[in-house]
Amino acid sequence: MPPAEDAMTAPLPGAQPIDLRSAVAAEAAEIATARKDILRIATAGSVDDGKSTLIGRLLYDSKAVFEDQYEAVERASAGGDYVNLALLTDGLRAEREQGITIDVAYRYFSTPRRTFILADTPGHVQYTRNMVTGASTADLAIVLVDARKGMLEQSRRHAFLASLLRVPHLVVAVNKMDLVDWSEETYQAIRDEFTSFAAKLNVPDLTVVPISALHGDNVVTRSANSPWYAGSSLLHHLENVHVASDRNLVDTRFPVQYVIRPQSDAFHDYRGYAGTIASGVLRPGDEVQVLPSGLTTTIAGIDGPRGAVDEAFAPMAVTVRLADDLDVSRGDMICRPRNAPQVTQDLDALVCWMADTPLVPRMRLAVKHTTRTVRAMVKDLQYRLDVNTLHRQADADSLGLNDIGRVRLRTTQPLFVDDYARNRVTGRFILVDEATNTTVGAGMLTPAAG
Amino acid sequence: MTTPDYRLSQLETLEAESIHVIREVAAELERPVLLFSGGKDSIVMLELARKAFAPARIPFPVLHVDTGLNFPDVLAFRDRRVAELGVHLIVASVPEAIAAGIVQEEPNGSRNRIQTPVLLDAVEKHGFTALFGGARRDEDKARAKERMFSFRDEFGQWDPKNQRPELWDLYNGRIHLGESIRVFPLSNWTELDIWQYIAREQIAIPALYLAREREVVERQGMLYAVNEFISPRDGEEVRRESVRYRTVGDANLTAAVLSHATTVEEVIAEIAVTRMTERGATRGDDKVSDAAMEDRKKEGYF
Repeated sequence: MPPAEDAMTAPLPGAQPIDLRSAVAAEAAEIATARKDILRIATAGSVDDGKSTLIGRLLYDSKAVFEDQYEAVERASAGGDYVNLALLTDGLRAEREQGITIDVAYRYFSTPRRTFILADTPGHVQYTRNMVTGASTADLAIVLVDARKGMLEQSRRHAFLASLLRVPHLVVAVNKMDLVDWSEETYQAIRDEFTSFAAKLNVPDLTVVPISALHGDNVVTRSANSPWYAGSSLLHHLENVHVASDRNLVDTRFPVQYVIRPQSDAFHDYRGYAGTIASGVLRPGDEVQVLPSGLTTTIAGIDGPRGAVDEAFAPMAVTVRLADDLDVSRGDMICRPRNAPQVTQDLDALVCWMADTPLVPRMRLAVKHTTRTVRAMVKDLQYRLDVNTLHRQADADSLGLNDIGRVRLRTTQPLFVDDYARNRVTGRFILVDEATNTTVGAGMLTPAAG
Repeated sequence: MTTPDYRLSQLETLEAESIHVIREVAAELERPVLLFSGGKDSIVMLELARKAFAPARIPFPVLHVDTGLNFPDVLAFRDRRVAELGVHLIVASVPEAIAAGIVQEEPNGSRNRIQTPVLLDAVEKHGFTALFGGARRDEDKARAKERMFSFRDEFGQWDPKNQRPELWDLYNGRIHLGESIRVFPLSNWTELDIWQYIAREQIAIPALYLAREREVVERQGMLYAVNEFISPRDGEEVRRESVRYRTVGDANLTAAVLSHATTVEEVIAEIAVTRMTERGATRGDDKVSDAAMEDRKKEGYF
């Protein structure tokens, strides 16, 4: 730990002002200001898999690490043959003391092609809820496997959770290849085993990359140590994986979040419905239906952050004006008359339970779905899923912390839902304990099981 | 016919996410307030709040915890911006709290830590249930673990081991009486994103962020501009340098950096090549220990 005196003796920061007319500055500015999109990544793995080293490597090699951070890490890893890049992802003091990762940490890095938001999640089974949290918003999940150990129960669990959350892209990073002498057979065995396992899950896109996070092989650039590997480096894959088609742009769903009424002289009659487009595309003139009333009207105009727009799509935050004066409030859903979500009080869902107090039949909970919050009762627990074997335990009578099970809920008011597999936004909900106010579960809607 | 690709840039994605968070708070929590200091992050946050509710006014007040050590330019900027937007400004004064004996001046002259009780006092007095802060996760390793909606108990304390799971964009703002939620709409923005957004949206900022010749003294390896809170000490040499501020904190402790960036575009170019994190480069008060931020957040700091 650097004592306070270090600050006193540190070299003058920015002793040389940046030369803004240099070629380097011009190039850096051009790269920085290029139009990019965001890829959200979730990583899972335990301390031993080299996950922190891999993330440290990605941050360092993509120049997301600053000089003072690197110096602190260099100091802390004094004595070794190499700088311990894992320390770049070092977390809270409580974690350092216990040598574990407690919670999801978010990291940021960018390349000329993309910016990346990485949710770094702990891998142990007792942190399943953190993994689910990290994977919930991810476009891509990286599961780390130690080449010496092959596919463990934990790797299966990580891949399963990513598929449960419908993360569209899965990357298996077979790490520590240097410790198995870059054996092609070892890589192929792990790749084949994972591929056949993934076939049982909903994994639309699987990529298996042999790497050494410690030495940087196949992380940013292809390595000479694996001439038999024809694929791209990990970072190259992250930069180029196609995510635009992952979103649902077909089913128009606009949950009303907030009603805007300026009540000012200039905007006397303005009444706008603000919200984030869950899926689909909206245009002025579109015929729309409002749920739960079922009334139809047309879109008079759409206001984006910079004024009126001709078109808006998920996940833009906009304000929609309607042609008719209807009674619309927060929690209502705007959709197309011939493509409406299901209006129901019965929810069939896979639920990941996140509280110490178990979920049991007849339990009462609050459900938050899009912008609508209702009360619900657990009608039935159909089965608990063994996250390691995927075996369904039909005799389960409760879900404990980190358990996943199929649950039927009955809500006090209708919700406007789609299957999670078709629509990640209108197919999801959280469960809240009304006594403690904590979030106790995450739900993904599935078709009713008859 | 070509299919439009319906892709948002990183700035548009971050903007949409922040606006969603701000609206969600206004819809679900009874008495929100936005922490506005006149610094670049809170300026962007306030601009996002304006966009979230336009053409209506921002439906909550803004709060400034005034340490009494602010750059006068920044205070003038704060007042101008608040007047333009027609929002109500509440000032919680650290000097008044010192005078009233609620807090005591720290020996090193930093009011960073003692502003926390003043903040909590204002929260209690006004009954605020949600506090928007402009913190970003890329700033510090304690912040990297912060939720968008960060639950605080009645003492404003953060418990990193016991945070509410935060799934998708389904934020849980439920609290009991006396508890509150700290909300960080800029969680996923980086320093560079903030500057690019300021450039793209042509958002006004205090002039301190841009380089010009200023009189400076060197202290412990950092450059401090001479101002009403910093006078040269014995043996200190005053020299003129082209400097700017990367962060705007208390005028007695915020250092400037050598720079030739006189426009927002030049600031972006500078940050793109710079090799020093903003807190490490300019904040004397974060150097106390490796866990300084973690400790202050547990006490109720932002």
